[in-house]
Amino acid sequence: MTTRIFGSGIKRREDPRLITGEALYTDDIKLPGVLHMAVVRSPYAHANIVSIDSAAAEAMEGVVAVYTSDDIGDGLAGLPTAWLIPDSDLKTPEHPALAKGKVRYVGDGVAIVLADDRYRAQDAADAVVVEYEELPAVIDPEEAAQEGAPLIHDDVEGNIAFRWAPFDKEASDKVFADADVVVSERILQQRLLPTAMEPRSAMAQYNAATAELTLWCTSQNPHIHRFIISAVTGLNENKVRVIAPEVGGGFGSKIPCYPDEALVSWAAIKLGVPVKWTETRSENYLITIHGRDHVQHVDMAASSDGKILGVRATVYAGMGGYLSTAAPGIPTILHGLLYVGPYTIDSVYCESIGVMTNGTPTDAYRGAGRPEATFLLERMVDNVAREIGMDPAEVRRKNLIPAFEDGYEVAAGLSYDSGDYPAAFEKALGMAGYGDFRRQQKSAMAEGRHLGIGVTAYTEMCGLGPSQVAGAVGFQGGLWESATVRVTPTGKVQALIGASPHGQGSETTLAQIIADELGFPVDDIEVIHGDTTETPMGWGTYGSRTTPVTGAALAVASQKLKEKARVLAAHLMEANVDDIEYADGSFSVKGSPDQAQSIQDVALMAHLAWNMPEGMDPGFEESQFYDPPNFVYPFGTHIAIVEVDAETGEIELQRYIAVDDCGPQINPEIVAGQIHGGVVQGVAQALCEGAVYDENGQLLTGTMMDYCMPKADMFPNFELGETVTPSPHHPIGVKGVGETGTIASTPTVYNAVLDALAPLGVKQLDMPLTSAKVWSAIQDANGGGS
Amino acid sequence: MQVAITVNGVVHERDVDPRTLLVHFLREELDLTGTKIGCDTSQCGACTVHLDGKVLKSCTLLAVQADGAQVTTIEGLAENGNHHPMQTAFWENHGLQCGYCTPGMIMASAAFTRDNPGASEDEIRHYLEGNICRCTGYHNIVKAVKQVADAAAGA
Repeated sequence: MTTRIFGSGIKRREDPRLITGEALYTDDIKLPGVLHMAVVRSPYAHANIVSIDSAAAEAMEGVVAVYTSDDIGDGLAGLPTAWLIPDSDLKTPEHPALAKGKVRYVGDGVAIVLADDRYRAQDAADAVVVEYEELPAVIDPEEAAQEGAPLIHDDVEGNIAFRWAPFDKEASDKVFADADVVVSERILQQRLLPTAMEPRSAMAQYNAATAELTLWCTSQNPHIHRFIISAVTGLNENKVRVIAPEVGGGFGSKIPCYPDEALVSWAAIKLGVPVKWTETRSENYLITIHGRDHVQHVDMAASSDGKILGVRATVYAGMGGYLSTAAPGIPTILHGLLYVGPYTIDSVYCESIGVMTNGTPTDAYRGAGRPEATFLLERMVDNVAREIGMDPAEVRRKNLIPAFEDGYEVAAGLSYDSGDYPAAFEKALGMAGYGDFRRQQKSAMAEGRHLGIGVTAYTEMCGLGPSQVAGAVGFQGGLWESATVRVTPTGKVQALIGASPHGQGSETTLAQIIADELGFPVDDIEVIHGDTTETPMGWGTYGSRTTPVTGAALAVASQKLKEKARVLAAHLMEANVDDIEYADGSFSVKGSPDQAQSIQDVALMAHLAWNMPEGMDPGFEESQFYDPPNFVYPFGTHIAIVEVDAETGEIELQRYIAVDDCGPQINPEIVAGQIHGGVVQGVAQALCEGAVYDENGQLLTGTMMDYCMPKADMFPNFELGETVTPSPHHPIGVKGVGETGTIASTPTVYNAVLDALAPLGVKQLDMPLTSAKVWSAIQDANGGGS
Repeated sequence: MQVAITVNGVVHERDVDPRTLLVHFLREELDLTGTKIGCDTSQCGACTVHLDGKVLKSCTLLAVQADGAQVTTIEGLAENGNHHPMQTAFWENHGLQCGYCTPGMIMASAAFTRDNPGASEDEIRHYLEGNICRCTGYHNIVKAVKQVADAAAGA
């Protein structure tokens, strides 16, 4: 009996090239004669451009050209916003590749320099003299929405880019008016810097003879990049080839099409030589999208015995200086629709106001809208618990949606696919020893030690998503995926996918799906991605969708191939198709096991086509477009145990327990890795990460020296558990798991710290919970000041 | 300026701009792109190499300062075509995802376990403070390094 490859934590097929340094990321690719582009960037958050003098820069050694917006003229169209949420009076201000007359955030591009060397290009960029007339700037989204705030775009009145409020306000107001208990909190979802370890990079090459542009870039979705680069350059889409080579993480920040990709493309066309640009980390922090940036006013209504009756929020979501590619969809569709979470909450209301500010544009960052929703829910559940004097775990238990296998409609309008929230919840509480902990906590307090526990129950929507829904919510694309399973005559497999993994291990996971369906050894399967010329159309890797959506396309394509193989095998063995049995990559005739055709034999015969059944075409290859009928809804419960040192404000994360249910796990080691990484990102939001601007709109956390990236010594080993609830609508039952860790962990750790601080009189703190902030709060609560 | 730097056992003589960082020398001049750049303030450790056997962030040194030195990069870590035990441990323990921090992580960890056989998990976590990973949450990196540290202590 062979071990089933599906469910096996095999080593990753990606790793040999990565552990040896042989993998080629965008900046590792060299082209002869390449010019390096450096961008002259605004040092002001908001200013009029008075003049640009590039004479000195142009005279410098190695400099080929300096261009401004005037030089580009109509050579590049503005960068489009591609999520046009409906019924929100959405404004989409122009986003030129280089600023025209005005800059709107620190880092906004003003000119580009092309030189023969990256040092010289940067020197020359520093020598471009730009005269600015500084304007007042505004960073806080709630302030930017107030009357009298500096106006950032003339055509976006009051800086309000959209106002989205699709729920019944009157009904919500009534629930709150009638409730025993209403708790309220102003929650800051601070700006975060995604910080994929590989900075963004782009290199373009134009062949004038064929009028073809090739763009290598750090992209999570090369087909979307092709679409947008075609639109902004005016080149036909079939003359644009976008290649995402090895990509070093994205977390959402490599979804958008940025000015930089458009600029290298334009310059390569203009100059007829290849042009490359790679951002520095400091540049990355200024110009690559930021995440979160919500000011939320949240209320939760409950009965005095702990039944949650309603949740409502007004959200000011900072968009930054321009509307990035998917930005409007994040604090709306991906946020407000999740306000029920895993609970039986019958009333939800969300008004989300997208506000232009003088910060870096924001967009999807790991979890994208759902962490912000989960945090506010979980924070308010703890507030309800405190208000009514009930244990927070008990309040959750009381409100969890009971197990369901095939569809559950919630008040926010979604239909969850499947879930057994109580099972995951009880399992996590058991792993944590919740009851024992509460006793330990009491005895620790008697010794003057402050322990805290935080519990988060969550579900989330991922595996984006049905295309019809995408259309209904204004997403300017489909959300299906396509894949081809191509078997060579010698029985080796090339799987071509339109999605574009960049660290998720999908080359392994997806190969395991094919191996499981067709019986090829996993080492005989190559998953090919990241090149618009080599791969079929796909919408990209984000929203925890590659395993659920591309995985489904591959599973169905493999099943079609298996059916063809069965018919051909029957024909070759002169047997009836109904008598063919399949096991482990081999077709045999029922009752005569000595007669068999391996999948490789069949693949060869399909290619040779010497002896095909009537009506069967030659070849051994199948493609599948797969449009999911619904999102998938992974869920689980996370628990954190912390100790706060009241003398110093330092927080020690002592234990972290995560029970997640993403359906059947294809590769449990890869699933665990996604959870580990996600948890660290989410915990870091609670404890240390946060982009800080000064009142002039200068980013104070502009380098890794100032922005607190989580380090290895901040964490214990994680304790993971799982439950397995298949998705009823998915061909192999799987759900996404790329974002669950980030979604669940921020409130888990936050609530644990506040639980520890409660006896000290501290009830609320803004994230991140730095030791200085915690210490000051303890001092203030004790009346000592700080 | 003329430099002669031995990288992965091969002497490279070059005329370099005096301000060239060692990491750029490796990547641009020698095409050894396995050494990565993840920041510009010497925090991330993606550019970690060995210089005369010691761990070094190659963005902190000018190429001219490495004149006459022996440099080992990720490309030179394997011996006789066999992965270094740290490379194997990272692979076996799923100690990487996007792979971008991995060369630096492996170079730093390989020197650490060589010098600190039997290092504890706490010591490993503390040591790895100089190398940042955004994908793995460090859990499996620590596991990989511990595996090699334990094996080194047992040898």
